[in-house]
Amino acid sequence: MKKLQEEKKEQEYIAAGEQNTGDNEPVIDINWFNKRKDQVHPKPPLYRNIILAFVFGGIVSIIGQLFLDLFIWAGLPEQEAGNPTVAVIIFLAALITGFGVFDRIARIAGAGVAIPVTGFANSVTAMAIEFKREGLVQGTGSKMFTLAGSIIVFGVVTAFVIGLISAII
Amino acid sequence: MQELLEIKKMGRQSIPLEKKVSLVSTATVAGPKESLGPLTDYFDRRNSDNIIKENSFEKAEAHMLEESCFLSLGKVGLTPGDIDFFIAGDLLNQIISANICARKLAIPYFGIYGACSTLTEGMSLGTLLIEGGFAEHVLLGTSSHNSTAERQYRYPTEYGYQPPGYSQQTVTGAGAVVLGAGGKGPAVESITIGKVVDPGITDAFDLGSAMSAAAADTIYQHFMDTQRDPSYYDLILTGDLGAVGSKLTQEALANKKYHISSNYIDCGNLLYHSHQNTNAGGSGCATSALVFLGYIYHRMINNELKKVLLVTTGALHSPTTVMQGESIPAVAHALALEV
Repeated sequence: MKKLQEEKKEQEYIAAGEQNTGDNEPVIDINWFNKRKDQVHPKPPLYRNIILAFVFGGIVSIIGQLFLDLFIWAGLPEQEAGNPTVAVIIFLAALITGFGVFDRIARIAGAGVAIPVTGFANSVTAMAIEFKREGLVQGTGSKMFTLAGSIIVFGVVTAFVIGLISAII
Repeated sequence: MQELLEIKKMGRQSIPLEKKVSLVSTATVAGPKESLGPLTDYFDRRNSDNIIKENSFEKAEAHMLEESCFLSLGKVGLTPGDIDFFIAGDLLNQIISANICARKLAIPYFGIYGACSTLTEGMSLGTLLIEGGFAEHVLLGTSSHNSTAERQYRYPTEYGYQPPGYSQQTVTGAGAVVLGAGGKGPAVESITIGKVVDPGITDAFDLGSAMSAAAADTIYQHFMDTQRDPSYYDLILTGDLGAVGSKLTQEALANKKYHISSNYIDCGNLLYHSHQNTNAGGSGCATSALVFLGYIYHRMINNELKKVLLVTTGALHSPTTVMQGESIPAVAHALALEV
């Protein structure tokens, strides 16, 4: 067991070391730096992004609507036609992710393709492709939902809470 | 022993060299996007695709590193057997590309991690090995690959998102340099080893800002230690600060009365055309490797540049600590080179 005095000595060494590190005063003035870095950073083109997101989000919705109408025309009841429509959009997003086109569109479209189910499909497919070389089980299978996992978790949690509230009311 | 140290060290962080340690030979291997950039003529090998006939991007990166090592040796008629030590590093976990390359070369090996500062960190260590009389030839190699680094540090390659305007593109490529005692080529004149500096950046896209603090610190210290001013050098070259970081570095030094803007460039700003959509420029170990070992080395050999201060900067963060909210420590090492 260590004597109390030894322990005290060690504490002193550590304290002395912490106080007398090399010249730790940075050359840059940190206040100046924090202010200046925000000025130097290029600003995101907000209006451009909003308009493009609106246009691309609209295009995704139109494609969805076309398929919805198609399924209804083919004889599905209106309430049940939604699910196959979503499936088609997911399939299309996954397909163009596989062709390596989605990320290029997303760079321009931003939230326009990230917010609809296309963004979800892309995040799953991108991870699946990225980790296919690590094998089916430890790669694709386990990494697939790394990005999308939280969408599922919080989606389910939200649905549960809302369901609970609506059941009570 | 104490006396010996006093003699060789200069100031707080610098080491002047007494022997002539030259950059005998260099080689660069570039990825597809870099091969379409403005410096394409200066690369030894240009690849048209990302995976280079390998079955994974990690293998492709190690393959490029191997190629650059063999090329740099072959240019001056050396073989791995002639090299005393091999120093290498890259961006990946466990510096795996460097390890795979070292396995093939079978030269006594130091694996180092300095993130994007690997080039000068390795060159400093190699130079000191030669200066100390422990080696005649030291080989240094470093590499980075967009598709291996992006998925480790950020998102998978096919994931669609809008990177902020200050983000940088990880460069695909590899470079190697043979350091030799005596011999032809630009010689290392002095070394300044940097401290780790952390200005408190927590955004992993904003590496340029984080590293600019370290770059300014090391350049300032180099001038203090060597009693020089910026006009002493024909060129002051930083590693991969990009558009944002290089601006901050210049302004931080100007605040300290060192005006470097007239003879200063950043490797990250040189590697791509503006239409190549790389936002603030290139980053990664290969940025300085491609630009310095390819373009600038060529200009030094041709006597277009005589005195160059090479400062490569590394952001020493890990994806885990960034997620935990830890700020990004950065380091920069400077190497003064003269023809």
